[in-house]
Amino acid sequence: MKKKKSILDSNVLYTVIAIIIGFAIGALFLLIAGISPAVAYGKLINSIFSKPKYIVWTLVYASPLIFTGLSVAFSFRTGVFNIGAEGQFVVGSLAACVIGILVDVPAWIHVPLCLIAAAAAGAVWSFLVGLLKVKRGIHEVLSFIMFNWIAFYLSNYVVNLDGIHKDGSEATKDVLSSARILLPQSVIDKLGCNVSNWGFVIAVVVAIIIWIIIEKTTLGYKLKAVGFNSSAATYAGINSGKSVLTALAISGALSGLGGAIQTLGMGGRLSQFAGQEGFGFQGITVALIGASNPIGCIFAGIFYGAMKYGGSKLSIVKAPSEVVDIIMGCVILFIAISNIFKAPLQKLFGKKEGK
Amino acid sequence: MDVIIKNLGLLINATLIATPPLLLAALGSCFSERSGVVNIGIEGMMTIGAFTGAVVGLKVGNGWIAFLCAGLAGALFGAILAVACISFHADQTIAGTAINFLGPGLAVFLCKAMFNNSSDTPAMDTSCKLPKLFDGVFPAGSFWSNVLNVYSVAYLVFILAIVCWFVFYKTKFGAHLRAVGEHPEACESLGINVYKVRYTCVILSGFLAGLGGAFVTLATINQFRPNVIVGQGFIAIAAVIFGKFSPGGATMACLLFGFCSGVKTLVGSSNTISPNLISMIPYIVTILALVLFVGKAHTPAANGKPFVKSK
Repeated sequence: MKKKKSILDSNVLYTVIAIIIGFAIGALFLLIAGISPAVAYGKLINSIFSKPKYIVWTLVYASPLIFTGLSVAFSFRTGVFNIGAEGQFVVGSLAACVIGILVDVPAWIHVPLCLIAAAAAGAVWSFLVGLLKVKRGIHEVLSFIMFNWIAFYLSNYVVNLDGIHKDGSEATKDVLSSARILLPQSVIDKLGCNVSNWGFVIAVVVAIIIWIIIEKTTLGYKLKAVGFNSSAATYAGINSGKSVLTALAISGALSGLGGAIQTLGMGGRLSQFAGQEGFGFQGITVALIGASNPIGCIFAGIFYGAMKYGGSKLSIVKAPSEVVDIIMGCVILFIAISNIFKAPLQKLFGKKEGK
Repeated sequence: MDVIIKNLGLLINATLIATPPLLLAALGSCFSERSGVVNIGIEGMMTIGAFTGAVVGLKVGNGWIAFLCAGLAGALFGAILAVACISFHADQTIAGTAINFLGPGLAVFLCKAMFNNSSDTPAMDTSCKLPKLFDGVFPAGSFWSNVLNVYSVAYLVFILAIVCWFVFYKTKFGAHLRAVGEHPEACESLGINVYKVRYTCVILSGFLAGLGGAFVTLATINQFRPNVIVGQGFIAIAAVIFGKFSPGGATMACLLFGFCSGVKTLVGSSNTISPNLISMIPYIVTILALVLFVGKAHTPAANGKPFVKSK
């Protein structure tokens, strides 16, 4: 058992402080732009909580973000920085979409097949970067950025192929209904959100599995050891190259799954991209707010999903939805410098609980 | 033969348009990375620079003033990153990620606030943009017109690359910044002010990234749009790692990317191969070049590590 932590040592407190500051700075910019923060934030909160179906929408928005968050968190815990979650997400959604359109099998095979294909695609995409790092010493941040863009254009290429592309549109055909992960129609009618899906449930289950892997298994221990100090781990007999590859493959698979959840759940098809959609980069934020803890990622993902969904409604009150990006940027920045609050707060309240 | 020469001219022209934004950002990134601060926020700094350039160009009507203001806007974000990473010892990747949300978010937010909820700024007159060199000297469409009649900043950028090389390897400041990125403790014991060097470098990297962004809105096109930078900041970071963290290497890498995107512009208009496949070329070429020729890069030893002053 871990020692009981004082609340002043807990990340949660500083995350909450960062979120409050983020909203305050967002309010400041709204004021500068001549928009009442009360109206804008009122609309934001109203569009998330005022009806049950809005909460369902929030969870639908949150599901893919929990996956990319888990993916980045897992990479943080194992000592690599997966800035390539974006690309792994894209190849995952592409794999799920293609299998969802072309393979015609019963739902109980089709859905797992799509999910496995997406996880495999994401894993391979990330594993290749790991291979370049381990075998050739190539900086993973560089390869990840390259692979993000290759995935981006690969997806746009496949979306436009005959047999996949839907004529007269900028998107693919719809995936077959046997591949969709929507809730039963009766439940959808009751919830009032036409894309209510199993994504959130799957995300929570996967988050728990990842938590168990990191905290309770030998594999997780090895991966963490390499992340913490690869020379020491090698000295202790752990094959650090193999560990990096394993960690990256798992991390990539998580992002790939996120892509599948988005395509099979909410989208039902894949559109041609104009710019990067940002699920991977938003995953970095989710991982940071969740303090790289898989369970934390669930809550951080819901928070981000809520902000994204609520933000999309801000144009109704003529407030730019980009205020969400400003708030999120400030939240990350203040999480990054949370030690400036830590010392004064501990001085004020925490005299007895010295380290 | 004429066709070949004409196309060659167009290719050089396209390369000279595509390279400067990357190169400006990459030179900035060199300063930051070599002094020991990972600046992953280049993308955000470029976007805020692109927006500032477009707005000031529109309101003031002078391309050069707009260009300078864009640099200052980038420098402001550089300063935010510097305070977080150097004084408050924040994790550099995390703080940089924050900049990548703040920069584009703020740019589009202000754009919508200023221009009646539109995420694009109105298009500028040519007179507000940066001037072209040798405008009207050569007949339009001729080889020399394509090669030489480029926005004057494009040439300045290459001169700047040489200046950066000089600063890096021939000045005291350059020696200090390289040393600070390798072994800050030793530098401090020798009386070098590590914080001051790093602050200078990070703010400078923001300034240059801001200029890079403004090149896009003040030269390449004539307005700000939300997707005007899309990924160029990350490509600049990749170019710096590719170029082994040196101004010369980064310049070559940026030229390669610029050339590839020049090829893309030219071949893309012929419509024989899918433009999406052509767009992949620069990234695949980079990976192949790394695997075959370049190999392992030496990252500055203290890169990414906060430096805590000894009391």
